Amino acid sequence: MSDRIIDKAAAELAADIREGRLTSVEVTTAFLDRIDAVDGTVGAFLHVDREGALAAAREADAAVAAGESVSPLAGVPIAVKDVVVTKGLPTTAASKILEGWIPPYDATIVERVKAARMPILGKTNLDEFAMGSSTEFSAYGRTANPWDTGRIPGGSGGGSAAAVAAKMAPLAIGTDTGGSIRQPSAVTGTFGAKPTYGSNSRYGVIAFSSSLDTPGPVSRNALDAALLHEVISGHDPRDSTAVDAPVPPVAEAARLGATGDLSGVTLGVVTELTAGSDAAEPGVVEAYRAGIDQLVKLGAQIREVSCPSFVHALAAYYLIAPAEASSNLARYDGVRYGLRAGDDGERGLEEVMSLTREVGFGPEVKRRILLGTYALSAGYIDRFYGQAQKVRTLVKRDFEAAFEQVDALVSPTTPFTAFKFGEHSEDLYRMYLADLYTVPANLYGGPGVSVPVGLAEGLPVGFQVMGPVMGDDIAYRVAAALESTQEPLLADTAPEIEGK
Amino acid sequence: MSTISREEVAHLARLARLEVTDEELDAFAGQLDAVLESMKALGEVDTEGVQPSSHAVPLVNVFREDRPQPSLPREAVLDGGPDTAEGRFRVPRILDEEV
Repeated sequence: MSDRIIDKAAAELAADIREGRLTSVEVTTAFLDRIDAVDGTVGAFLHVDREGALAAAREADAAVAAGESVSPLAGVPIAVKDVVVTKGLPTTAASKILEGWIPPYDATIVERVKAARMPILGKTNLDEFAMGSSTEFSAYGRTANPWDTGRIPGGSGGGSAAAVAAKMAPLAIGTDTGGSIRQPSAVTGTFGAKPTYGSNSRYGVIAFSSSLDTPGPVSRNALDAALLHEVISGHDPRDSTAVDAPVPPVAEAARLGATGDLSGVTLGVVTELTAGSDAAEPGVVEAYRAGIDQLVKLGAQIREVSCPSFVHALAAYYLIAPAEASSNLARYDGVRYGLRAGDDGERGLEEVMSLTREVGFGPEVKRRILLGTYALSAGYIDRFYGQAQKVRTLVKRDFEAAFEQVDALVSPTTPFTAFKFGEHSEDLYRMYLADLYTVPANLYGGPGVSVPVGLAEGLPVGFQVMGPVMGDDIAYRVAAALESTQEPLLADTAPEIEGK
Repeated sequence: MSTISREEVAHLARLARLEVTDEELDAFAGQLDAVLESMKALGEVDTEGVQPSSHAVPLVNVFREDRPQPSLPREAVLDGGPDTAEGRFRVPRILDEEV
């Protein structure tokens, strides 16, 4: 085992801090120094807050020294996707329209991270307003995949995933609307979880698609993600869509899974997410099948289940999400935050608004606003948005029927490994296909986690486990069990990005 | 035949308050058409009698107690705006003076 701080998992660092072997200041400094050394190459961060992180680390150390009862992750630093608002720290959603905006409040999940005494290292890059699968749509430059700097880190949360993969942060917060936590985790060899919709507050999470947006953890392994999941989850009266129910015991489930016993667990292989899926690369299919074999060896029963509506989930998602986005993004009007363009004293409000939005939004955001406006416009709303919402009902029914037969569903996380920069920029639908296996869980609302399942031609592959609504624990248990059969990608064959 | 025309995209851009350029219109019309084309099968799904879902988790009548809470300080909120005056957001003229 390496003695380097940055090689250690979050749970281990937390124990070292609690038991006095390390201080939070030492740990936080190590990750800040790593950011200084390698982020020039990776580009995961939009903003680094050395001073604030170290101040929080000193407070964490004081709390531990004073014998206060501290959270299981006290003193462990974290990176936060820049679509989550942080009081006093710039928050841009990777958009020019929010350049220079300093939020006057913290998101609920950020309040909880701070209450758990976790220093915030900085804000990570993403596709503008979390719309994309490669982080290439950021208005502030590209983030490289630490496994191959000529390739994308996934999206929209490419910055959070790359920060964890390059060991610039032991943990990160992401948001998942159609796969934005899971797909970046899959292609960077990290662990990512989309919790049950509504179990994590959206208060202070800049809205993309309100009925789908779900914040969640990114980490190096299942247990670390579960510990962070428990820190940020739970009911919030400030989010009227928050579910008022106990947080599923995910950390306990991750520990149980790590024992490698899945006897009595039945897993469903979804016909429509695997068979005849010419979208998936052969290397991805091979690694996924090897994962299934491992789960069988651990005692899991495998059953094939059919979810016919999943074939249409992607199309339904790409109407519902843009429709909600076109409404949510109406608030960027050049009045209350960020940018205002063309206000020469002559032009009227509507013209200034249109010019501001033209200058402030990038091409993918504009496309989605237009697509969403189309799906909602008179004459088309029933044919597009209405039909998509009905298909959403069918997707939910298919999940519910499947969970009467099996405990969890499995699939590859994404059809392809990290692609090269620019490879899919011209073919949007090909880019959208990255979300093929992840969007069904968003439409349904249940949890989905992505766990590394080896490499295909040297690039990480992700294995997805989906559970029933509020059944996050079974997803963690199965993923942790699979993880126990794998060589830890980031420990032994970690990408060694070195600074210039 | 295309699903969406350049003129329709221009109309949508006006509805969405986007002052798009001619080049953008050309590009977006083609791209949106390709995306809509790839979604055609969705229209063929039999959804007769199926209720639409607007949300993932069905929640109705979510109430909280009607108690006053401290709100953000006015200055902190105004600080984020591009132009403010007299404790308010300042906006360009709304009414056309010639009318």
